[in-house]
Amino acid sequence: MSELTPGENKYLRKKLGRKPSAFELEVISAEWSEHCSYKSSKKLIRKFPNRSKFVISGLASDAALLDIGLGYVLAIHIESHNHPSAVEPYGGSATGVGGVIRDIISLGARPIALLNALRFYPLDNANKRYSQGARWLLRNVTKGIADYGNCLGIPTIGGEIEFDHGFSNYCLVDVAAIGITKRDKIVRNRSSKGDIIFLVGGATGRDGIHGSSFASKKLSGEDRSAVQIPDPFTEKLLMEAILEAVDRGCVNAMKDLGGGGLSCCLSEISATLSKGLEVDISKLHVKEDGMLPSEIIISESQERMLVITSQTNQRYLTEILRKYDLSYSVIGSVIEGKNLVIKYEGDVIMNLPSELICRAPLINRGSIPPKSRSKDRILYFRERPIDLYKSILKVLANPNIASKEWIYEQFDHEVGIRTVLKPGKGDSSVLRLENGKYLAVKLDGNSKQCNLDPYHGTLCILSEVCRNIISTGGKPLAIIDHLQFGSPENAQIFWGFKQSVRAIIDYCKFMRLPVVGGKVSFYNENNQGPIKDSPVIGSIGLIDRPEWIMRPGFGSEESIFIIGNTKDEMGGSEFYETTGHAGSGKVPIVDLKSDMLNAQAALRLIRKNVVSSLHDCSKGGLAIALCEMAISGSNNFQIDLSKIPNSCSSISNLLFSETASRYILSTNNRKMVSTTLSAISGLEFSEIGKTFNKGSESFLYHSKLNSPVILSKKGITESYKNIGAIMERRSF
Amino acid sequence: MSRVGILVFPGSNCERDVFTVLSNFSGLKPELIWHTKNNLGGYDAFIIPGGFTYGDSLRAGAIAAHSPVIRELKKIAERNLPILGICNGFQILVESSLLPGALTVNSSHKFVCKSAGLVVENNSTPFTTMFKKEESISIPVAHGQGRYMIDNLAYRKLEKNNQIIIRYAHNDINGSLNNVAAVSNEQGNVVGMMPHPERAVRIRSREDIRQEGSGSGIFESLRNYLL
Repeated sequence: MSELTPGENKYLRKKLGRKPSAFELEVISAEWSEHCSYKSSKKLIRKFPNRSKFVISGLASDAALLDIGLGYVLAIHIESHNHPSAVEPYGGSATGVGGVIRDIISLGARPIALLNALRFYPLDNANKRYSQGARWLLRNVTKGIADYGNCLGIPTIGGEIEFDHGFSNYCLVDVAAIGITKRDKIVRNRSSKGDIIFLVGGATGRDGIHGSSFASKKLSGEDRSAVQIPDPFTEKLLMEAILEAVDRGCVNAMKDLGGGGLSCCLSEISATLSKGLEVDISKLHVKEDGMLPSEIIISESQERMLVITSQTNQRYLTEILRKYDLSYSVIGSVIEGKNLVIKYEGDVIMNLPSELICRAPLINRGSIPPKSRSKDRILYFRERPIDLYKSILKVLANPNIASKEWIYEQFDHEVGIRTVLKPGKGDSSVLRLENGKYLAVKLDGNSKQCNLDPYHGTLCILSEVCRNIISTGGKPLAIIDHLQFGSPENAQIFWGFKQSVRAIIDYCKFMRLPVVGGKVSFYNENNQGPIKDSPVIGSIGLIDRPEWIMRPGFGSEESIFIIGNTKDEMGGSEFYETTGHAGSGKVPIVDLKSDMLNAQAALRLIRKNVVSSLHDCSKGGLAIALCEMAISGSNNFQIDLSKIPNSCSSISNLLFSETASRYILSTNNRKMVSTTLSAISGLEFSEIGKTFNKGSESFLYHSKLNSPVILSKKGITESYKNIGAIMERRSF
Repeated sequence: MSRVGILVFPGSNCERDVFTVLSNFSGLKPELIWHTKNNLGGYDAFIIPGGFTYGDSLRAGAIAAHSPVIRELKKIAERNLPILGICNGFQILVESSLLPGALTVNSSHKFVCKSAGLVVENNSTPFTTMFKKEESISIPVAHGQGRYMIDNLAYRKLEKNNQIIIRYAHNDINGSLNNVAAVSNEQGNVVGMMPHPERAVRIRSREDIRQEGSGSGIFESLRNYLL
């Protein structure tokens, strides 16, 4: 089955000087699929800034490496498994986790954390059938991720989730993994002639045939055979065995088998090593008899790893694999030249330059800006305290805002005993590192804003994810990205993609942040058309001292400050979503200068040890951020809204606008905060209220309101638990 | 120095955590023991850590319970040495009949990972002497099959012999019979608990201790018992 375009076919024939064999076509079309080759996106994402003093470059590998000091190195990677998860959510999400874990292991690093970013149709909505489907997907995706990560003993420490009408009959499942190792243990991927090639782990079967081609097309029907079957126990043994082998110096080069199976793995590692490989694929341990050579080479069976070892170390490697009762096959060796030679039962069935297989001809896609997506009209709301309170409860109960407890309680987020800030306890998750420091990590996305304006929407995500790192005390160190769009063949969608890429370049250059890893996923379309543009951005940051780790919970009798200005920027906001005005309004514009200034102000306060609680103000707006801080700290607040720096035309906009670059903090030392912030020229901030423990109500005052908005502690706390309430409800 | 053997099976995943924590207690010397070892001589106590031994195939702990090292452990148990099973370790002890009862799928049918309020019922085992009787403590749980079950007659016997060591303070964890979280054998030297004490121990000073629990009492008790 050839998936090549006529142009690619022509190019291939010209290169070969002959017609390719059916087997060669299978191998090449797997490798040249959009999923494996990035043929539409490569030219654009090459422009991402990718250097900093922390980045260890020059390693052509599956994941990025960062030097975090004292000889320790972090590996980070992000992957998605959207198509498989949409048809078989349990297996699809679980194998997604398995894949990203192997990307970390293949560098010789021990995975220490998993994160995920998930997108579904709303759980409880007018369209009963779609919502029922979304609940089914969420339940099984959660279980798939949980069963895999929990079994391996890698904590799933955080993530991000969005529910939107754009994801009917579909879902996006992104998983990220972080690993740690010593600098001198990194697998360098160097090999010499005569080295032995092992295939270790799961047996090769007919599952996942054409998986990456499947992921490079629109979803039509339910092609379940393309979904792989998860076996976390085998992956656990594989992980322990590989790490032991790395520790004993038995690994010269290594690569995991993912999309495109053995064909992609072999050709890519051959190209990386600049060495030829000769492999007899009839030597593989297989799940079933009678598999065709073409099925063996493109099968995406899981939990497999290609390990290249020297003839001397072969014995030790075998010893380790036997200790863990792992299946393995010795399938070939490293040879002269740069060709990939595939044999079957001794006969050569393919002999091609690896570079030819690996380097798909890149495509220049056309892009056209679509007609303005946002209808910018002025909306009027009733501004009575009671209505504002009801709106706050409604936004809090929106699953996009509400507590994700129902989900993260199913993930073992503590194994490894290094999770200092657990999910739900901070704006980002914080891990204790061996070098005495702490790592803050977060993923974010916002398809509502990106749908209206992919450039500014993507900037908003970047600003938010960095703010989340800073709000736990971290200084952002690097960015990872996962760009998820519809078909790149559609010029309007490709325009959105280009806008998103441009935003990442602009933001990261300005902030001097390297993009250290990423993934592009196209063809995310369901029967109603393309999904909303859904870039997901991750960031990691370091916290030097334990006392700088910040939490969002209000204490009692503290002064509340806000940093940053609030504007009429309601486009893509959760408030408009709940009031039925989605698609209207202006998306928040990130002013890079003040974004940086506000971040520096927050970090300066943290380092002066005067901040009691700190929270980023983003999704849901100011009112929601305040409620979250009250719920988290189990305290009340009173705020004078008229003191907030703003240019809003209404109180509801002031409460719910999602303007970027804002922080809310509480302190026991208002003088020091005030002095410190006043010393930063150009910074917009003000003291807006105080916290207290007495009673069970919080208050929002405004000179234009006759009476304050009164928020009951019980009311906001109950609304915030809405995801669990929906998922455990029996009837709809 | 007391030597504490930590039994490691294929699929164990908390052995390094327990090892790290024990290393921080002066007087205890932890050692990892791979499951194929058939001589357990020379150790003063044993811990079976949490994880998913053999991928929870059949039932959690069922396959590990039949491994040679457990046969050895049964002999050790008769010699009254302290043995602690944590989470999957508890499941293995129950499956191998070193402890009474059974651990089945949580009543929610979901894995649960969260901090759990607990009440110490018996403070005379080698692992609980540092607590007061009826003391309220908090230690995180993380399991999918932690619902403790036993028939009525056997349950009454457990109560009579003080074999119920720790209970959950509330019934929102896993649906265990009468909130049982930890039990012991008749002699009291073998204890199994679902909560993870190694996850509730201060690792580094100056960290905010608001979220920390009371797991160190379990290991301090063991150290005091062995000294």
